[in-house]
Amino acid sequence: MVATLAPLQAGILVLVALGATAVVFARDPLRQIVVNGIYGLLLVVLFVVLQAPDVALSMLAVTTIAYPLVVLAAVTRLRSDTTADEQEQEQEE
Amino acid sequence: MSDRHRIRGILALPALAGFGALLFWGLSGLPPFGHYHGQYGYLINNLALPQRHATNAVTAVVFDYRGFDTLGEEFILFAAVTGVVLLLRRERGEGEAGRTGRVTSDLLRWIGALMLGVALLVGLWVIAFGVVTPGGGFQGGVIVAGAALLVFLTASYAAWHRIASESALDPVEGAGVGIYTVLGLATLIAGAPFLHNFLGPGRPGTLLSGGSMSFLNWATALEVAAANLVLYAEFLEEYVAPAIRGRR
Repeated sequence: MVATLAPLQAGILVLVALGATAVVFARDPLRQIVVNGIYGLLLVVLFVVLQAPDVALSMLAVTTIAYPLVVLAAVTRLRSDTTADEQEQEQEE
Repeated sequence: MSDRHRIRGILALPALAGFGALLFWGLSGLPPFGHYHGQYGYLINNLALPQRHATNAVTAVVFDYRGFDTLGEEFILFAAVTGVVLLLRRERGEGEAGRTGRVTSDLLRWIGALMLGVALLVGLWVIAFGVVTPGGGFQGGVIVAGAALLVFLTASYAAWHRIASESALDPVEGAGVGIYTVLGLATLIAGAPFLHNFLGPGRPGTLLSGGSMSFLNWATALEVAAANLVLYAEFLEEYVAPAIRGRR
């Protein structure tokens, strides 16, 4: 039972805050996926430090496998839509 | 453009202030750091081992004390994936030209082959020992699905397509939720409450401990792994395969 904030816990909490800010400031979606992955791994470390290994495992599986793939698929779709639109516009011109 | 940005910024300020105030109000009411107030957690920590022979109290909650909730969660996943399939799946010609998408780097293929074995083993281990150590069917299922995804990332789209075939995955996904439900009904037929845990002979802390929790755990692993693979397969087929085939 931890009653006060240990230096390790304080350190990882600061890193998580920095990571979350970095995700917001990564404007390019592809880059954001990578930054978000790093942020997710920081959260995994936080959960381990706070002695919640089950949550850490869930976070690890979701943040490194499931989530990036779904976002990547969406980005791929959006990009191909954009290029298709641009081509149509070019044809109209 | 800049005008619109400025108006947006001004409009965002009251909302930000409101949310910020709510957030700080909520945070100020939290118990001090490290002072957990839930009685239920302490009860479970003390009872899971003697009552359910499970050294991982979290799994005891997920597949035993709250096994009925997990049944609901499985059906949520099942329904969500069914929705994706309904939206994205359509009749597709098999073996379309230029669909191989083969990875040409030998190094990448070797790393992929090594990682696939490791990831698969870790996934199965996380599932199998869910009753003993952190993990279980949900986490392990996603890891197993991720291992299979390595085939797409490091071998070829054609090889992935063979693994993630609809005809193989759909029955497995259905079996996952089906087995869970049938196990629950079987306990009813046996005259016990729904999803009652018939404790087995396994000593606590070993692979065979936890009684019927292990069956629910493996049923969940089947469901989660298959559901994730179906999801990836549909997304890849819909969004990535056209790019591999070349833009039309």
